[in-house]
Amino acid sequence: MTTLDGAIPAEVREKNAGLIADIDDLVSIHGTERSALLPILEGLKSRRDQITDIAIQVVADRLGLTPVDVEGVVTFYHFLGTEPTGDTVIHVCRTISCALLGMDAVVKRLENVTGVSMGETTPDGKVTIDWANCIGMCDFAPAALVNREAVKEVTPDRIAEIVTEARA
Amino acid sequence: MTIRTPLTLSTIEAGAGLTEALQRDPADVRATITQSGMKGRGGAGFPTGLKWELAAKAPAPDGVRYVICNADEGEPGTFKDRVVLSEMPDLVFEGMTIAGFAIGATKGILYLRGEYIYLLDDLERCLEKRRADGLLGSDIHGTGLEFHISIFLGAGAYVCGEETALIESIEGRRGESRNRPPFPVEKGLHGAPTTVNNVETFAWTSAIFARGADWFSSIGTDRSTGPKLLSISGDVERPGVYEFPLGISIREMLEAAGGTRAKAVIVGGAAGTCVPAKDFDRAISYEDVSTGGAVIVVGPWRDLLEVAENLQWFFANESCGQCAPCRVGTVKLLDGVRDLRAGTVTAERLGDLITLGETMEFASKCGLGQAAPNVFLSMVKAFESEIKGHLVAEGSAQ
Ligand SMILES: Cc1cc2nc3c(=O)[nH]c(=O)nc-3n(C[C@H](O)[C@H](O)[C@H](O)COP(=O)(O)O)c2cc1C
Ligand code: SF4
Ligand code: FES
Repeated sequence: MTTLDGAIPAEVREKNAGLIADIDDLVSIHGTERSALLPILEGLKSRRDQITDIAIQVVADRLGLTPVDVEGVVTFYHFLGTEPTGDTVIHVCRTISCALLGMDAVVKRLENVTGVSMGETTPDGKVTIDWANCIGMCDFAPAALVNREAVKEVTPDRIAEIVTEARA
Repeated sequence: MTIRTPLTLSTIEAGAGLTEALQRDPADVRATITQSGMKGRGGAGFPTGLKWELAAKAPAPDGVRYVICNADEGEPGTFKDRVVLSEMPDLVFEGMTIAGFAIGATKGILYLRGEYIYLLDDLERCLEKRRADGLLGSDIHGTGLEFHISIFLGAGAYVCGEETALIESIEGRRGESRNRPPFPVEKGLHGAPTTVNNVETFAWTSAIFARGADWFSSIGTDRSTGPKLLSISGDVERPGVYEFPLGISIREMLEAAGGTRAKAVIVGGAAGTCVPAKDFDRAISYEDVSTGGAVIVVGPWRDLLEVAENLQWFFANESCGQCAPCRVGTVKLLDGVRDLRAGTVTAERLGDLITLGETMEFASKCGLGQAAPNVFLSMVKAFESEIKGHLVAEGSAQ
């Protein structure tokens, strides 16, 4: 395995020892081929609340890519991105079948109980609320993903309950 | 699970198709698929047998070829692949294995959309079992045939359903579609000949070998053979997955789903067409109204422009931004539809929007941008007076 060059100062490396260990673990699972990039980033996103600049640099280093390259991939996919997300991430489908069948009321209630707008995280870092495009649950519209598990025929009351549980 | 009609695929025994296929040689397997007349179930409708012929015959410098199952299912209104993956994953993996034998590939990858991560464990278990049963591995059924399948998880991007973007994604890049030619059958994953097929296409492959090519081609129309799974949603009493022979009329389909009062249906999802009630005798088939399986029903009380705005937002949000006609066009179309709803569009601007849409259809690099104006353009045509009712009144000041 290659080692990180001088780009990252020793104290930063020390501070991010846990992160680096996570990345090295993912690299040992998925390998150092470029086609391991997405699985590594997905694994990282599920273990940590944010894909940070440091994470991008370390992943780039391990796979022999440039940080810009890795960042380009991170920002391309809806489920990655460089923004931090909360412990619970709620994605509400905003596409047509859900829009026809009551998505608006769900989102209104969601913004209301969390006190933040779609795309934001509650100040306590517990809940992120965001949009998704059609999640393939149109037969159970309106639908949402809560930590990537599908929730069918979601109602305003149900979404409020989910937020309460997430904050408990 | 909202399965609304008996599904033929539920009656196909796992293993039957593969056993049958392995008694032939690869050329014969490809010929059987050609004889069935099956066209791809993912939307574009390319003949599956021909695709496999091309992939089998393309030069493969290292002898490496790939089979990819497209389980990205991102088209708005489509969910039948989710049901197939949940209910009959064996048939999908078996179809991939048959394809591997047919084109001379030893590796298959199922590209599962990130939204379906909750299906991953069951799919992995199904693969484990197939390996344990000798249906995958280095010596399948003791015939010496080698085929391995792995699952690759997407991370949320509609364009990754486009086959070249999907390949880019597996290779660890942004899911930006490639110029074609070369087509994936010539130079696909890692530059090797690759067949990319839809989940449902692989499931029917297993059925064709279990039941026979003649059985398949006896269903449907001459040019659209076989049964097709449809995902019906929106303003209907019984949303869900339906199986119909291709060639069924939109009306019959709506009768089954409880949506005959509809004002229009969007067939083919966001990339599809808006069909008005007066055309409900038209058929679901490759030669008439073609679809990968999405049918979104729009009730009589709906504002069509609300539907159009929702879908244009989708395209503007999902455009990969690589080429200007799509990057700029999707945003301009969205603005146009919003302004139409606000009543600030003149007849001249509507004309410009139509021209813009037509330009996107031929100038965009991939199917996303090419199809992005479809619903809007077909809506303006089918509901001319309703749409024109939103225009700035003639002679009134702007
Ligand atoms: C923007 C876009 C998205 C697509 N999404 C999918 C998809 O989710 N699933 C699919 O099977 N095909 C999708 N396709 C079509 C694929 O490019 C390809 O034609 C298909 O997977 C071939 O399989 P088939 O011949 O079995 O239908 C998409 C095409 C475009 C342009
Ligand atoms: S048509 Fe749209 S999605 Fe396709 S390459 Fe161009 S910008 Fe990207
Ligand atoms: S439109 Fe919401 S799940 Fe398909």
